[in-house]
Amino acid sequence: MYKIIEKKILSQGVNQLVIDAPLVAKKAQPGEFIILRVNENGERVPLTIADFDREKGTITIIFQEVGNSTRLLGELEVGEGVADFVGPLGHPTQIEKMGKIVCVGGGIGVAPIFPIARGMHQAGNQVVSIIGARNRELVILEDDMREVSDELTITTDDGSHGRKGLVTDVLKELLEDDEPIAEVIAIGPVVMMRAVAETTRPYGVKTIVSLNPIMVDGTGMCGGCRVAVGDKTKFACVDGPEFDGHKVDFASLMARQRMYVEQEKQASTEGGKCQCHCQK
Amino acid sequence: MPLSKVRQPMPEQCPNERRRNFSEVATGYPAETALIEANRCLQCKTAPCRTGCPVEVDIPAFIQLIRSEKYEQAAQKIKEKSSLPAVCGRVCPQEAQCESHCVLNKKGAAVAIGRLERFVADYERNQGTTKLPTIEAGNKKVAVVGAGPAGLTAAGDLALAGYKVVIFEALHKAGGVLVYGIPEFRLPKDIVAAEVEYVKKLGVEIITNVVIGKTLTVEDLFAQGFEAVFIGSGAGAPQFMNIPGENYNGVYSANEFLTRVNLMKGYDFPNQHTPVWLGKNVAIVGGGNVAMDAARTSMRLGAEHVWLVYRRSEEEMPARREEIEHAKEEGIELALLTNPLAVQGNDKGWVSGLECVKMQLGEADASGRRRPVEVAGSNFVLPADTVIIAIGNTPNPLIPQTTPGLVVTKKGTITVDDNGLTTREGVYAGGDIVTGAATVISAMGAGKRAAKAINEYLAEK
Repeated sequence: MYKIIEKKILSQGVNQLVIDAPLVAKKAQPGEFIILRVNENGERVPLTIADFDREKGTITIIFQEVGNSTRLLGELEVGEGVADFVGPLGHPTQIEKMGKIVCVGGGIGVAPIFPIARGMHQAGNQVVSIIGARNRELVILEDDMREVSDELTITTDDGSHGRKGLVTDVLKELLEDDEPIAEVIAIGPVVMMRAVAETTRPYGVKTIVSLNPIMVDGTGMCGGCRVAVGDKTKFACVDGPEFDGHKVDFASLMARQRMYVEQEKQASTEGGKCQCHCQK
Repeated sequence: MPLSKVRQPMPEQCPNERRRNFSEVATGYPAETALIEANRCLQCKTAPCRTGCPVEVDIPAFIQLIRSEKYEQAAQKIKEKSSLPAVCGRVCPQEAQCESHCVLNKKGAAVAIGRLERFVADYERNQGTTKLPTIEAGNKKVAVVGAGPAGLTAAGDLALAGYKVVIFEALHKAGGVLVYGIPEFRLPKDIVAAEVEYVKKLGVEIITNVVIGKTLTVEDLFAQGFEAVFIGSGAGAPQFMNIPGENYNGVYSANEFLTRVNLMKGYDFPNQHTPVWLGKNVAIVGGGNVAMDAARTSMRLGAEHVWLVYRRSEEEMPARREEIEHAKEEGIELALLTNPLAVQGNDKGWVSGLECVKMQLGEADASGRRRPVEVAGSNFVLPADTVIIAIGNTPNPLIPQTTPGLVVTKKGTITVDDNGLTTREGVYAGGDIVTGAATVISAMGAGKRAAKAINEYLAEK
């Protein structure tokens, strides 16, 4: 069992867990992900690494309770643990000194962008961050992001915190600026990543997105996480999870992500309830 | 015991029932049948059958023990060479290996060596009297990558030779293809679990959730004090056809489909949390054992039509004859001399059909098989709503990428010598990562050879 060392509720339905996983912590780098199974009946759930502490041997994950598995994960308390925790998986973010980097995080996507922003900052880049959420309650890691960014803008859909509007509004202004942008990195809902890629496309600014398609094993064996990038089929688990946002076929990615929507509904109404009684 | 000229048939569940359940298709010889079959063996001094066995099981000896009704000793005899007899007795292509060398072939039919192997392995397991050999423990450590057939075999042999062996497995469960790939109705999972347990009883430690190449590198293993490493990491990534529409919802690789069903028990959703979506009309592309497994699994999950789309004729299908026959009996329709051109989809991104073209066989190609050629204008659409691709795998690059000095072939498989030694000192490899997708027993044979070579290497070191 991989024990939960700390638990923090970041906003309604969004939890942060610090998990004891020394082998993973020793190797983890920004941009990589882990796969966990909540319990013996669990799915293999991929989650991007939000932080790591090599000395303490811990990995931080942040997740939103959306389906059965993440809800069960959210029910776990400090001292309890998950059955399996494997990683780090995928390629790390390419971090080097490039100049001005714009880090865009949407909703829960702020979690994986944080170690990237920190890494980019430590590498001597000028880090300009934009984090967006639907409303004030859903903004996470604001202080952490401020600490590792030279500039930070917050946007909310309803204007309850920061600027009212979308992350792409702020991004567009930055792109219009004279100061050149070396790279834009965007992590968040697929619609947001697509919007970011479309915003930067006319400016020809390199744009990296981190994809989280449906996945089973996470080591290249199942091919379930395939995405069309350029005219090639790539496996997000071993070729990614980061790809050139200007080349990703977002439409097919979104369709594929909806593959199990019906079953997820079924699980949260039938099996979900039963399991939560059986387990306790 | 009367001598029978007839090879004893394997009792099986009737096709109409078994096509909708996951219980084992072949139910195994009762003892009296095993005795009749064992008595057919001529006990040839030259034992040609042994030359056909990749792990050189002493076949006449174990059959002789069956004849004396010493079933447990018979199982022990096999275990001197193979640590997975219940698995091999079920999934080895015996007809192409040991049995193909049996002299009785000339007189009709070979001794059913595989069925006898299964009988004694099951007997021993059901008696619960599995005996453990005495092992003289040394203190040298060997790491094994992957808990599939190659890794388990190498680990078992090395443990017997007195090494402290640790297997690192990427998935959450040991068994490799035996647990994620081969379905319950061909190889019950409790049998795999029992065989894994046996390897553990030999003193082998199995650590799951460790991806060698990511969590730890081969370098890390040496730094941790392991003096040799055996890589049995398996077949790797699934191949797709690169035809239009392959990313529509409802297109699976056989690996993904079988993993969802076998390892993650998707058929028991939502009690098990991993779903598996399957339509009513399923097209499987491929003609090997994996394609048969995917087709027969689809039928068991309730599909109405299952087509096996294969571009050559039945004769060229690489699957075992027995599996093809079983599939046909269960209602799998063979769409032979048929090649997929495109997956058709609806406006929501789901599969709505598989466009195919008819083929005819032309001249022989490099594989010695007649090359299929398209029949112009013969395009048609199979009304499939699910497509499962089972056309093979490419080797997983994670380990070669992170192991300096490890040479791979153009195809990405690890280069080894006859003993399984790679281009790195102390690093051995075997199984599908070396040969490309092959059989359980050939992987076990490679594991055995490597274990022997590792033993010699460490004895001299």
